[in-house]
Amino acid sequence: MKKYECTVCGYVYDPEVGDPDNGVEPGTAFEDLPDDWVCPECFVGKDDFEPAD
Amino acid sequence: MTASLRDNIDWVGYVDWNVRDFHGYKTDAGSTYNAYLIRDEKTALIDTVKAPYAKDLLANVASLTDPAQVDYIVCNHAEPDHAGAMSAVVAACPQATVVTNKKCAEILGSYNGTGDWRFQIVGTGDTLSLGSRTLSFLETPMVHWPESMMTYVPEDKLLFSMDAFGQHYASSGRFDDEEPLEDVMAQAKTYYANIIMWAGKPIARALEAAGKLDIETIAPSHGVIWRKDLATILGAYADWVVCRPEPKVLVVYDTMWESTAMMARAIVQGAMEEDVAVKLHYIRANDYTQLATEVLDAATIAFGSSTLNGTLLPAAGGALAYLKGLRPACKAGFAFGSYGWSKGGAKAVDDVLQEMKFDILREPLETQYRPGPEALEECRQAGRLLAQKAAQLASEMRKEA
Repeated sequence: MKKYECTVCGYVYDPEVGDPDNGVEPGTAFEDLPDDWVCPECFVGKDDFEPAD
Repeated sequence: MTASLRDNIDWVGYVDWNVRDFHGYKTDAGSTYNAYLIRDEKTALIDTVKAPYAKDLLANVASLTDPAQVDYIVCNHAEPDHAGAMSAVVAACPQATVVTNKKCAEILGSYNGTGDWRFQIVGTGDTLSLGSRTLSFLETPMVHWPESMMTYVPEDKLLFSMDAFGQHYASSGRFDDEEPLEDVMAQAKTYYANIIMWAGKPIARALEAAGKLDIETIAPSHGVIWRKDLATILGAYADWVVCRPEPKVLVVYDTMWESTAMMARAIVQGAMEEDVAVKLHYIRANDYTQLATEVLDAATIAFGSSTLNGTLLPAAGGALAYLKGLRPACKAGFAFGSYGWSKGGAKAVDDVLQEMKFDILREPLETQYRPGPEALEECRQAGRLLAQKAAQLASEMRKEA
């Protein structure tokens, strides 16, 4: 599963870690995040993320 | 007016004694917009001020050097309280190149017409030699905007930390050892709670990166410069980034016909039976700025609202909206409130506390019309619970530390 980086603030979504603070279990692929999920650090939506190198 | 940090490094900013409303933040002690001038083989201006004070900044610069001789204008943050004067300053410094990161250049372009500005784009790890001194750049995204950056001068062990470690505090002294530390720390805490509490994780990362630097002086963009009590402000930040709870109970409320106020006072009475600090905060007698500051280090919080039109009171809703955005971490508490013929206020508060990931200590505490002796005893009981939990949380965090 691929990591995705927030193009606004640089936060990296790591599917192995998930986003447990916001109810996203470890092992959740970026593609499977709900449409209303936002960057936990700067609040932008999934559209502002790009695959990380 | 200028002040010397080092030989040929001077503060050239503006002291705003009169500002009292900073986009809603009640700045009771005023503020400063700090800018700094470094004169070496090359001359660099570090940041500017709010737009109305461009001429004051330029007069300060002109008292030290001809603005036409300024080679670089470093922009660490595009927000208008620091970059609002950029257009006027660029116009007054025709030789100058604006040194900033890519995101900051974009945001500057949105706020200002930057078409004819010369830019030098830098990122973390990049350096710029001024002659005997070097500027080293550290991008610190979300401390507290995406483009926020710090600038470090290794030869002087001097960090221009932008908004981190700042305070809205107008004073004649430019340095921490020239002002009462207690007053400065109180304003640093208010600043942290109201401006950057929501960004605890990015701040912790920035502190870690900055912690690798050898620092003797921290020059923030607001308030006094830290040259003596660095350990005090750094220690406070270490607590604040994790919202480290004090053994402190906060009871916040708005009330319609005093019934919710009676409940609040009974909760306070109960909490005061335990050995913890207890504060009562009536929303409409205070401002949101004070509320956020009290929330920062409170371990437990009871939040009350009467029911009006089937939901919470508007001032309570506003306070909760503000607090929710500030994302205070690791709080425990509960909702309470009086209702008339139908419920809704306390439940609406409870919903927001849950969204804020509070550890909810009990179901909403509700009473119809006036609380009687039994209801007030239940409030005192809830107050004891709040205080015991506060003592427990504070003690657990001390052990972890």
